[in-house]
This record gives sequence, structure tokens and C-alpha cells, in this order.
Amino acid sequence: MTFALQFLIDVLSLGGAYALMALGLVIVYGILKLVNFAYGELIMVAGYTLFLVGGSGLPWLVMAAVAVLMAIVTGIFTDYVAFRPVRAKSVTAVLITSFAFSTLLQNAALLFISPRPRNVPLPAAFSQTVEIAGVITPVRNLITIAAAVVLLGVFAFLMRRTVLGIAMRAAATNFTMARMLGVPANLIISSAFAISGLLAGIVGILWIGRIGTVVPGIGNEPLLVAFIATVIGGMRSLGGAVLGGFLLAFIDTTLNYTLSQELLKFRDAFTFSLVILILLWRPEGLLKGPATGQRT
Amino acid sequence: MLEVADLEVRYGAIRAVRGISLAAKRGELITLLGANGAGKSTTMMCIAGALKASAGSIRLAGEDVTSAGPETMVRKGLATVTETRDVFPDLTVSENLMLGSYIRRHDRVGVAEDRERMLALFPRLAERSAQPAGTLSGGEQQMLVIARAMMSRPKVLLLDEPSLGLAPAIVDQIFEMIGVLKRSGLTIVLVEQNIAKALDVADRAYVMRLGRIAASGTADEISAATDFNAVYLGG
Ligand SMILES: Nc1ncnc2c1ncn2[C@@H]1O[C@H](COP(=O)(O)OP(=O)(O)OP(=O)(O)O)[C@@H](O)[C@H]1O
Ligand SMILES: [Mg+2]
Repeated sequence: MTFALQFLIDVLSLGGAYALMALGLVIVYGILKLVNFAYGELIMVAGYTLFLVGGSGLPWLVMAAVAVLMAIVTGIFTDYVAFRPVRAKSVTAVLITSFAFSTLLQNAALLFISPRPRNVPLPAAFSQTVEIAGVITPVRNLITIAAAVVLLGVFAFLMRRTVLGIAMRAAATNFTMARMLGVPANLIISSAFAISGLLAGIVGILWIGRIGTVVPGIGNEPLLVAFIATVIGGMRSLGGAVLGGFLLAFIDTTLNYTLSQELLKFRDAFTFSLVILILLWRPEGLLKGPATGQRT
Repeated sequence: MLEVADLEVRYGAIRAVRGISLAAKRGELITLLGANGAGKSTTMMCIAGALKASAGSIRLAGEDVTSAGPETMVRKGLATVTETRDVFPDLTVSENLMLGSYIRRHDRVGVAEDRERMLALFPRLAERSAQPAGTLSGGEQQMLVIARAMMSRPKVLLLDEPSLGLAPAIVDQIFEMIGVLKRSGLTIVLVEQNIAKALDVADRAYVMRLGRIAASGTADEISAATDFNAVYLGG
């Protein structure tokens, strides 16, 4: 029983983080059909912002909010520098510019801050543990679960109940038609990047909270995780990205529990093998996105 | 109301529309006929702002809108029903209609009124308002895209092959609808393969061939003078 609860908390907290990461990537992908390779750097920006405001003496929540805000601003900025100038021209160009922007941000961090890990301020709760029904677990896992529940709820509400959300879903299936109804393309795209930045910023703080430090390459793993979760879930579906995130966390956690110390080093190899098997079984991912095909 | 002059549209090196001119006066219904590949849909998409013109001009209510994007065209009073019948399949019928009124979403009362009017006009949509649009039949989807276009309260409506792939009874219903819309004072540009029905409702007609206007005149003149076998078989 305690084992089951321990496992559940681990899966839900890792899965919550993975799901938010995947959602941040797929919200932009769904609309532009382009992977934002500079997505991981939004997490990096949140981390370094937290490091930079660390000495300011502000309440932690204010510092965290500033960090998230910077991730949002950087997200929108990504659109302006990497996507907008070349969006209409070619898909390849955008892939390259977003990759270049990612490298640029990482190198800026290397150059202006340091290649060495930097400590970020974290509230005491991040290093405390609690006991629930005999299970000892870090409080930050519970914070992650709570944040995931709240954000997924807010996100679902936004996408289902607000005009902007519905317009974004429409633009994800047929961008031109959405524009022909008067939905402004730039508003939709900027909103997608802003939401992407919001999710990356919050998940970034939680992610960095696990180790307490930020390095220039901090965003590489979240980008990979988000990408894999999205692929498993089916690139076009928001629900699929969330499902993919939890599934990936389930696989990782199961391997963590079952693999011997020796084999644990190769955990990612096992994970990727399973991902390949899932894709062989379901090449389109677990959830099919909304059909883009039109009936005539 | 709508004036197109020497319009040229390219897909890369392909000149799909090669310098056409056409005009629709306020409240007029013009129809654009021609064989598959003549360039009708390309013309419509260009007027709607979804394709860029490589030469020529488009004027709406006297204003030059040649380089306006699709969002701008809607705000200026032009609504489009595309050939591909683009419902948003995973959104409900209601949500599709709501997006049709995107540009006037702050006019809640007006939008609600129009919604009631459209649902009264297409009772089948009312029954299915909470259903995802992708689950509607082809005819119902066609009704939805027309109703959705009307939700923006357009002055000019572009209709690209509204009868495509529909059963004769539904086609009759759609044309009846087009008649109602025309009598309400709307300016309509209709592309159709169903020549007889199109010429029946139209005031004037243009016949396109290989990206050019091959003939134009009143609907009666065109139906009397044009050899449609030649036009449609590309002869
Ligand atoms: N996206 C595109 N890329 C390249 N060529 C295109 C594209 N869309 C259309 N064309 C070409 O432009 C020409 C005109 O096409 P268009 O769709 O406007 O014809 P149409 O008159 O609407 O035909 P139909 O009656 O079949 O709908 C055709 O030769 C077509 O092959
Ligand atoms: Mg066509």
C-alpha cells in the first residue's frame, strides 16, 4: 500500500511536469505545425531570471512571477525574431532559425553568466519532506502535482470556454479558414507563444527546484521530454500531449523502481526502446488529433 | 460593390489566373462558371485575401483592398464559403457559428439575434448545435459554413461550389437559401458546376477558361449564347 502510494506520487509529480512541458510545446506546434527548438531555453530563461533576482530580497513568489514573466516575454520574442520573419517563406528556414535562436540563448548564458551551475533561490518547502500515510515524500512533488492540476484545469477552461481558446483550437485545425473568419493570425500565434512561455516558466521553476541550480543546457532535457511525450500522444492533440507526458513518466518511474543500479545508467535507452515500440504499434501516436481532412 | 481588375494569381511559376476583370454591383448575384482547373477557386481565394495577387487590383465598396489579408477582408464586410467546406471538425456547431461572429463578438445582442435567425433558417443545425461539426453530414456541413459566414453580417458573400457532392434535394434547399440571401440585399459571387441552377439565380455570369474570362453577360445572354459542352470539356 505504501509502495503503491509512493509510486503514484512519483508518477503524478513527474507526469505533471512532463505533461506541462509537452503542452507548452504542442500549443505552438498545433498552430504553426512547427517545432520550436528554442522551447527549452524558455525554461533556462526562467531559471536564470530567478538566479539574477535572487539577491533582490523580494518575496519568493514575486521573484518566481518575474521569472515566469520573462519566460513569457522570451516566448513572444521567439516568435518575433525566429518565426515571424521567415514563417511565410519556408518550413526549413523556421526550423533553422528556431534552432539558431536556441543556440544563441544558450551561448549568451555561457558567455554572460557562466557555464557553471548557479544557485537559484527556493522557498524552504522545496527541500522539506512530508509523511503521508507512511510515505515520506518531498513537498516539491506535491507542489508539482498541485501546479499541474491547477494549470491543466485553467488551460482546459481557456481552450474550451473562451473565445480566444476556441479560436486557437480552430486555428490549429485550419489556420486559413480561421483567418477568413476574422481571427487575427498574429494574435493567435503570439498567444500560443505566450502560453508556451507561461507553461515553460512555471514547469521550469519546478524542474529547477529538483536540483536547485541552473546551467545553460538546463532546457535540453525538458525539450526532449516534451518532444517525446508529444510524439507518443499524437502531435496534433493537446490531450494527447498530456497523456504522453504521464505515460512517459510512468515508464521512467517504473524503470527507476525495477532496474538494478547497474542498468539504471541505461534507463533512457530502455525508455526510448519502449517509445519506439509504442510508435510501431501506433505510428500516429495514442490520440488522433482533430481530423484536418475536410468532408466534401 | 466589388470590382476586380486585371487580376493575376500565381502558384510559383503556374499562372492560375491570367488577368481577369469582373464586377458585382450592390445586391447583385454574379456567377463564375468554367471547367475544372479554370481558376475559379483561385480567384475566390484571392478576393478573400487568402492568396496574394501578383498583378491587378481588387476594390471593395470603392476601397482598394488588393493587398489586404483575410482578417481585414472580413472586417471590411466580405465573407467566404470555401470549396473545401471548411468546418472546424472538432468544434461544436455552436462554436463554429460563434467564430463566424468573431469580428463582432462584443455585440452580444446582435450576435445572439443572428444566431437565432440562422438556426431558424437551418433547423437541422439547431438540433445539432452541441455536436462536433465533423460529425455532420456533407449537406449539414454546407449549411453550417454558409450560416457561419453570415454570422459576420457580410455585405459581400463569396460562395464556392455550395452544391458540390450534395443530394439533389439538398441542392435545391441550398439554392433556395441563396435566393433568400440575395433578396435580403446581399451581394453574392457564386461559383458553380450546376450551371442551370446558377444561371437561374444569377443576374450576370462570367465564364472562365484557362485562367481568363472567355465570356460574360447577363445570365440569359450567357445561357443562350454559350456552348457549355465546349467550356466544360475544355474544347
Ligand atoms: N496550391 C496550388 N498549387 C499549385 N497549383 C494550384 C494550386 N491550387 C490550384 N492550382 C492550379 O491552379 C489552376 C486553377 O485551380 P482552381 O482550383 O482555381 O480551379 P477551379 O476553377 O476552382 O477548378 P474546380 O472546378 O475543379 O474547382 C489549376 O490548374 C490548378 O491545378
Ligand atoms: Mg474550384
